[in-house]
Amino acid sequence: MIRDITIGQYYPAKSVLHRLDPRVKLVSTLLYLVSLFLFRSIAGYLTATLFLIGIIRVSKVPVGYIVKGLKPVVMLLMITVVFNLFLKKEGEVLVQVWRLSVTTVGLRNAVYMAVRLIYLIIGSSLMTFTTTPNELTDGIEALLSPLNKIRVPVHEVAMMMSIALRFIPILLEETDKIMKAQQARGADFESGNIMQRAKAMIPILVPLFVSAFRRANDLAMAMEARCYRGGEGRTKMKPLRYKGRDLTAYGIMSAYVIAVVAIGRYVPLKVWIF
Amino acid sequence: MSIRLEHLNYIYSPKTAYEKHALKDICLEIPDGEFVGIIGHTGSGKSTLIQHFNGLIKATDGKLFYNEENIYEPGYNMKNLRNEVGLVFQYPEHQLFEIDVMTDVCFGPKNQGLSTEECKERALIALELVGLKEKYYHSSPFELSGGQKRRAAIAGVLAMRPKVLVLDEPTAGLDPKGRDDILDQVAYLHKQTGMTVILVSHSMEDIARYADRIIVMNHGEVMYNDAPRAVFAHYRELEQAGLAAPQVTYIMHDLKERGLPVDISVTTVSEAADEIMKALGGKDLGNTAAENRALRNRTPEAGALSNKTLEKIR
Amino acid sequence: MSMIQAEKLVFEYEKRDEDGNVVGTSRAIDGVDIDAREGQFVAVLGHNGSGKSTFAKHLNAILVPTDGTVWVDGRNTKEPEELWHVRQAAGMVFQNPDNQIIGTVVEEDVGFGPENLGVPTDEIWQRVEESLKAVGMISYRHHSPNKLSGGQKQRVAIAGVVAMEPKCIVLDEPTAMLDPVGRKEVLKTVQRLREEKKVTVILITHYMEEVVDADKIYVMDHGKVAMEGTPKEIFSQVEKLKEYRLDVPQVTILADELKRRGLDIPAGILQKEELADCISSMILQDNSQRTEMDG
Repeated sequence: MIRDITIGQYYPAKSVLHRLDPRVKLVSTLLYLVSLFLFRSIAGYLTATLFLIGIIRVSKVPVGYIVKGLKPVVMLLMITVVFNLFLKKEGEVLVQVWRLSVTTVGLRNAVYMAVRLIYLIIGSSLMTFTTTPNELTDGIEALLSPLNKIRVPVHEVAMMMSIALRFIPILLEETDKIMKAQQARGADFESGNIMQRAKAMIPILVPLFVSAFRRANDLAMAMEARCYRGGEGRTKMKPLRYKGRDLTAYGIMSAYVIAVVAIGRYVPLKVWIF
Repeated sequence: MSIRLEHLNYIYSPKTAYEKHALKDICLEIPDGEFVGIIGHTGSGKSTLIQHFNGLIKATDGKLFYNEENIYEPGYNMKNLRNEVGLVFQYPEHQLFEIDVMTDVCFGPKNQGLSTEECKERALIALELVGLKEKYYHSSPFELSGGQKRRAAIAGVLAMRPKVLVLDEPTAGLDPKGRDDILDQVAYLHKQTGMTVILVSHSMEDIARYADRIIVMNHGEVMYNDAPRAVFAHYRELEQAGLAAPQVTYIMHDLKERGLPVDISVTTVSEAADEIMKALGGKDLGNTAAENRALRNRTPEAGALSNKTLEKIR
Repeated sequence: MSMIQAEKLVFEYEKRDEDGNVVGTSRAIDGVDIDAREGQFVAVLGHNGSGKSTFAKHLNAILVPTDGTVWVDGRNTKEPEELWHVRQAAGMVFQNPDNQIIGTVVEEDVGFGPENLGVPTDEIWQRVEESLKAVGMISYRHHSPNKLSGGQKQRVAIAGVVAMEPKCIVLDEPTAMLDPVGRKEVLKTVQRLREEKKVTVILITHYMEEVVDADKIYVMDHGKVAMEGTPKEIFSQVEKLKEYRLDVPQVTILADELKRRGLDIPAGILQKEELADCISSMILQDNSQRTEMDG
């Protein structure tokens, strides 16, 4: 069911990771994602894996829950893997099917790409699991605040993101309901060619848009009624202040990045499986 | 001909943190032509239950027979089941999507594979059935008022000519007039066509007025399954289940406790008035039995159907 | 002192054709005078489309009058410089619980209003805690609003308003989308706020049983005030209420019916107990008469 998508959702738990300053988590996530592309050796992958496992343990988010978040991106993963598998022409040919061939380099690239993608998704969803959307937007707002000087409406963008995140689960549930209601009227979403299927989506999309606009309208009114008038003159319930643990986290993160680069480059553990 | 559930169980998101046993060992039978009320607080499983009736949700285990055929048998024609059991969801107007009311109502019949003329004919009858005025047939469904939108949406299901009509909270969010209009229309339809009607509601007062039988759901189980008076007799237990009996039930119990010999099983205001008058030994000026019958059989305001139309749908 | 005062209020919508040109106007509110004094509980009843929700939106300056005036806490809602004061003075709770919660965690949502008002951080925390306690939702402070029931969501919305420390709370059909349990929850919460915080409450609804303790009731129909008075005065006119498409409680209808059949029952019975008391006193009378005769 659509409702089962967990990616981008907050998972309430009491862990150090949950308590960290969102700016730390945002910067660290970014660093981690970049770090995944800084090495090409097994040792590098091992370091990144160990680090990720460590973080998952610290976050207290159940592994099953994280894995479930991967489900919606399986298609994307498959496509990447297939592309890498068949499009690399270098290396020894392992399997040859018609004009398509799988080479050692292709296979290696495919596996690495898949691992990278999975880590990338887990890494970023760990951030959303442990950070409430409000904190997240506060973090983004704080990190991007220099852009205010060049007239980028940072607060507004952050508010929009936070609202979008709040309404994702509601709209997913609504989609589920509308789908069922149209199925009860005999709609068929499963058969037919691509064109027919796309056409079959109209009875879902139109009501969904109508509902989204209605909600947006209501919400705008509710926000105005509660004296919302943009970022100016606004105080914060949870202002961002770096604490000791945040600095420690920055330290650990820097250590990891240095380690991963160093290990990836200089540890001679270049045992290719193939 | 009936819907029969045998030891039906349904578990949401099994084997996860959100696992929920939504329906527990449900055994029920809804015979043809009955007007059944299903009542229960939010989360009691009533909405999940009715989505089983047309196969939108598949039971985790147990059997569901429609006309003595188990719908979970491999090869069972689900499409046909959905044609026969029409389900009107809560706030059905949120599913309207076509450019005009007429086209929207035609969506169901079109999916059934009927010709354009046939779709039109069915849509016209369905719109007449719900009492939507002709001037709205070619308006955008989004321009109608709340009550009218709901009628149009119900017509969308009726146009499929279901044998069983399931309505989930059809009056939610409507004002009293809108609510009475819709329920009267449904009752009228039931009487005229002999269609089985399953009405899900929060309001005991509404259900008491229309249903032959009430099924009370509580924590995924069938708590009571009986005639309205018999169910309301358990008004204390109903309260514990987050429900309330009609107000008259409370008054009658109260009076009985205070020593007035009244029949506590009455469910409507006029019956209650009769009882009180009788108990007080007063001369009754009203003629409730007849009034009551008239109330039950009153023709909806939107108008009775022409004989021609009635013949077509019977 | 008047907390809310509407004087000859008129509000007109512009009707537009498909190209957005104004083709005429339609009067949603037509010369309404409504008055609520400080600390009062005032109810506005009316069926869908009677103009009651449009009226509610004037109390928070979401809409401003086409003609006539609305004063909130002594300030004219038409004056742009009074806007934020008006909105702070009259907090508003809407019908759909999902569409008015902005925060993704209960306490953050309650903090949203005070944040907008520029309240210092420490005080925000204090206010959030107090308001969540006032609506009985403090144990849910870290929960996601999506997992709450309708009644609980509405209580969070009420807490969000309370945290802004308004003098008056306007509830626009707060129970229309709730089940009976949720409705009870919300009404109890409102009652508690009235008792503990002495706020003025304006309740817009079409359920008559919700307004039995109101100090004053206005019934709206076609954009006008059709009836006004105390609950007793209003509820004694059952036929008229039905005409205005209102949901008259079964007790009131039963009392009215018995009265029509010749029983000596006072007009405007609102509570079950009241009716039962009334009828049982008749039995007692009956019995004592009989005893007298026997003696």
